[in-house]
Amino acid sequence: MSDPPPIRILLAKLGFDGHDRGLKVIARTLRDAGFEVIYLGLRQTAGSVVIAAEQEDVAVIGISMHNGGHLTLGPMMVRAVADAGLEIPVVIGGIVPAEDVPTLREHGIFAVLGPGTALETVVATIHAAAATHDGMVG
Amino acid sequence: MSRDDALDALLTDARHGSRRALGRLLSVAERGGDAASALDRRMLDAPPPLWTVGIVGAPGVGKSTLTARLVAAAADGPTGPVPRVAVIAVDPSSPLTGGAILGDRIRMQGVGSRPEVFVRSMAHRGDDGGLARAVPIAIRVLGSVGVATVIVETVGVGQIELEIIHVADTVIAAMSPGWGDAIQAAKAGLLEVADLFAVNKADRPGVADAVRDLEQMLDAGLARGSGDGRAWRPPVLPTVATDGTGIDGLWSAAEAHREWLVATGGLQRVRDERIRHEIGRRAKDLLAGRIDARTAELDLATARQTPGQWAALVAADVCAHADAPGTSAA
Ligand SMILES: Nc1nc2c(ncn2[C@@H]2O[C@H](COP(=O)(O)OP(=O)(O)O)[C@@H](O)[C@H]2O)c(=O)[nH]1
Ligand SMILES: [Mg+2]
Repeated sequence: MSDPPPIRILLAKLGFDGHDRGLKVIARTLRDAGFEVIYLGLRQTAGSVVIAAEQEDVAVIGISMHNGGHLTLGPMMVRAVADAGLEIPVVIGGIVPAEDVPTLREHGIFAVLGPGTALETVVATIHAAAATHDGMVG
Repeated sequence: MSRDDALDALLTDARHGSRRALGRLLSVAERGGDAASALDRRMLDAPPPLWTVGIVGAPGVGKSTLTARLVAAAADGPTGPVPRVAVIAVDPSSPLTGGAILGDRIRMQGVGSRPEVFVRSMAHRGDDGGLARAVPIAIRVLGSVGVATVIVETVGVGQIELEIIHVADTVIAAMSPGWGDAIQAAKAGLLEVADLFAVNKADRPGVADAVRDLEQMLDAGLARGSGDGRAWRPPVLPTVATDGTGIDGLWSAAEAHREWLVATGGLQRVRDERIRHEIGRRAKDLLAGRIDARTAELDLATARQTPGQWAALVAADVCAHADAPGTSAA
């Protein structure tokens, strides 16, 4: 009972784009790093992600986007989390041009993992994000 | 805020419909230890869910898709602030890293977001019985906040997974057509524990054969024993979870099982048995660590004894010091 329990995180794809191959690779990487990954898959909305995050009590929300909607959907996701009274960091991955990263950070996105991010960086970033989440009862 | 105050606040919020509070409470149950014990003590005077349904079966047979359909059936009815129906979906953890991918929600997209529904994914977290401890507490928590029906989805292969059926009033075994499935079910011990059989993927060839094989095995089992006239004969029902075919029939048959339990006094009996099972299991857990520790200390050179004699010594020692440190009062 003394080992800390595995960190629970949520992975989802926002919007209507086609496949989740990349996100599945991330899911496996994080599983192999010891995370419990609640995998929502494709075609999620900010609302469905928030509901799942509440039910699953996750420490981090990881969102993947490849449809160029990140400047709208990213801030929308952060706002939906805040509106629900949750303090869960949001990490964005997928195809996000470097010049958009500062804007997303200003809107409260914890980190952006762009194309070609090393898998170790992904793991380290999710750990860092989880560390900002408020802890357990007891 | 003290831990006890925090738990009480979460319970109050959850009873007023806060999904977040309920999510938190389930994490406490899942984590085990003192906080889970404190939470469980608060469940002593709370009502259990009206009905707990287990769905077991091999990976890929369509349990999650079936569960989503059954949830939709169970969610209809008067709505209050608290979800009427909850799902606990269990997936294995990686034995190497302790991590897990919990993907059951993929099949529950439509229903998972409905206000009448609460879905929680749980990882197995190893085979030390942790899950077997967490799930009963989680079910008590769900019942105590007002959830009427709890559906537990779990992979039904091997001893540990079958432990989970000890939490359900009604157990549905799911399988898909294919040569040998009935035999696999028998080998996995499902014939004895399941109250209903869903032969899912009935849109595929081989359904009639799978249904017939199962029926024959069940009849053979009934002929062998226990037929006291009141016995429940598990129905075998073909389903297509992807398009909903057969779901109404499966759900009514499950409800008929519950009615049968109530009418025969069986509901109270299975619940009593379940509590005894949980007590026995946890008592063994409490002693196991101390047995291992005492065994490691034995100086085998001091006496020429058989392993059985040593074991009797260890058991006597551990029982003589049953309230020694290391036995956490739960
Ligand atoms: N053809 C067919 N496929 C199904 C049926 N039910 C589920 N599936 C598919 O089987 C796969 C596994 O389903 P899932 O519910 O995740 O199975 P689980 O691992 O037992 O929970 C998915 O691709 C489902 O779409 C069915 O009745 N017919
Ligand atoms: Mg499943």
